[in-house]
Amino acid sequence: MEVPVLKQGEVLIATFQAALSDADLKSLRSNLIAQVVKLRSRGVIVDVTAMDVMDSFASRTLREIAQMIRLRGAETVIVGIQPDVAFAMVQLGLTLEGVVTALDLEEGLAYLTNKFKNIA
Amino acid sequence: MSKREMTTREPVQSAIEELDLVRSEGASELLRELVSHLRQNRTQLREEWVSRITEARLLTAMTKDEIFAEATSVYDSYVEALETGTFEALQSYSRNLSERIIPRGVETHEVVGIVLLLRDVLARSLFAKYQSDFMKLNRILDAYEPAANRIANTVAVGFVQERERVIRQQQEAIRELSTPVLQVRERLLILPIIGVIDPQRARQLTEQLLRGIRTNRAKVVVIDITGVAAMDVTVANHLVQTVEASRLLGATVIVTGLSPEIAQTLVTIGVDLGKMNTVGDLQGGIEQAERLLGYKVVGLRQSA
Repeated sequence: MEVPVLKQGEVLIATFQAALSDADLKSLRSNLIAQVVKLRSRGVIVDVTAMDVMDSFASRTLREIAQMIRLRGAETVIVGIQPDVAFAMVQLGLTLEGVVTALDLEEGLAYLTNKFKNIA
Repeated sequence: MSKREMTTREPVQSAIEELDLVRSEGASELLRELVSHLRQNRTQLREEWVSRITEARLLTAMTKDEIFAEATSVYDSYVEALETGTFEALQSYSRNLSERIIPRGVETHEVVGIVLLLRDVLARSLFAKYQSDFMKLNRILDAYEPAANRIANTVAVGFVQERERVIRQQQEAIRELSTPVLQVRERLLILPIIGVIDPQRARQLTEQLLRGIRTNRAKVVVIDITGVAAMDVTVANHLVQTVEASRLLGATVIVTGLSPEIAQTLVTIGVDLGKMNTVGDLQGGIEQAERLLGYKVVGLRQSA
C-alpha cells in the first residue's frame, strides 16, 4: 500500500494508513527524498499513529529517512508513536536516536513552524 | 435400615460415577447408605458439630446464631457433595462463605479446623452406628474418607484462594495509588515516586506515565525520586527506558531528587545516565520545565 504524501505549505506530511510492508517503507523513503527537494519543502512529518507494531526494519527506515532528509536540507519529525509501541521499541533498543519526535501531527507542525521562524 | 430399601431411593447413579474415587458398585451403595444416615441424624449431628466448634473456640468473630446458620448450610452442602460426588456447589458456597467471613477476620486455621471437626463428628457417628459390624465399618470408612478428604480440601482451598484474591486486589489498589501522574501546569506533568520500586512497579509506572503524556498532551515531565531510598541496575535501566519512551512521544523528561546514595550507586554500577536530564530538587526541576515551556513565574509585588 502506498503512503500518501501531502504538501502543506513548507512541510510534507506522510501519513501511514496501516502497518506497512518492507517494500512499502522503501518506496516511501525514495519518494520522500525525491519530493522534498522537488517541492522545496523545509520540513517532513511522518505520522505513524496507525502503526501498532514497529519492528527493527521500520524503525531503521524511519531513522534513515530522517538522516537522508537532513542531507537534502530539511528536517524530519516523527509523530504519533503510540504509548505501547514506544515502550516496546525502547525495550528492543529501537530508540530512534537523533530523530525528532512529537506527540501528534499538531505538535509536529508547531515544532517545525517554530523552528522555521527562529531560522528565518 | 436394609440394603434393599436403599436401592429404591432416587437414582443418583450418574452423579456418583463422577466421583472417580468411588468406582465399584458396592462402594456407591455404601455411600448412599452413608448419606441417608447423615440425613436422618441431621439435627443431632449438626448441633454436636456447632457445640464442638464453640468448645474449640473457633470462629470467635461470629455470633452463635450465625455459626449455627452457616453450619447448617455447610452441613447440607457437605452431604450433597457426598451424595452427588460433584463439588461445584460446595465450591461456590465455600467461596461465597469466605467472601463474607474474611472481612470479619476469620483465619485460615479456623476454617480448616471447622471442616476437620465436621469430618471428625461424622466419623464418630459412623463408629457408633457400626460398632458391632467391624467389616462394614471398614468398608463404609473406605467410601467416606476419600470423599470427605476431598471436601475438606475443596473448602480449605476455596478459602485460601478467596483470601489471595482479596490480597491481590489490595495490592493492585495500593499500586494504583502509589503512582500518581499529576498535571501541575498546562503540558507539564509531575510523577513523584515514593518507596521501593520493583520491576513490576517500574513497568506500571512507565505505562501510566506514557498514557498520561498522551491524555494530557504533555511536553515536559518531571519525575521526582526524592522518596526512593535505593535503586538497582534493573530499575535504573527501566528509568532510562522510561525517559526514552517518553521522548518517542515527544515529551522531555527531567529527573529530580537523586539522593547521594543513588547517584553513587548509579555511577558505580555504570548505568549510562548521559541522556537523562537531571536537576537537584523538585523545585529546580519544575523551574527548568517552566523555562522549557516558556512560562515565567513572577511575584505579584515585583511586577506591580
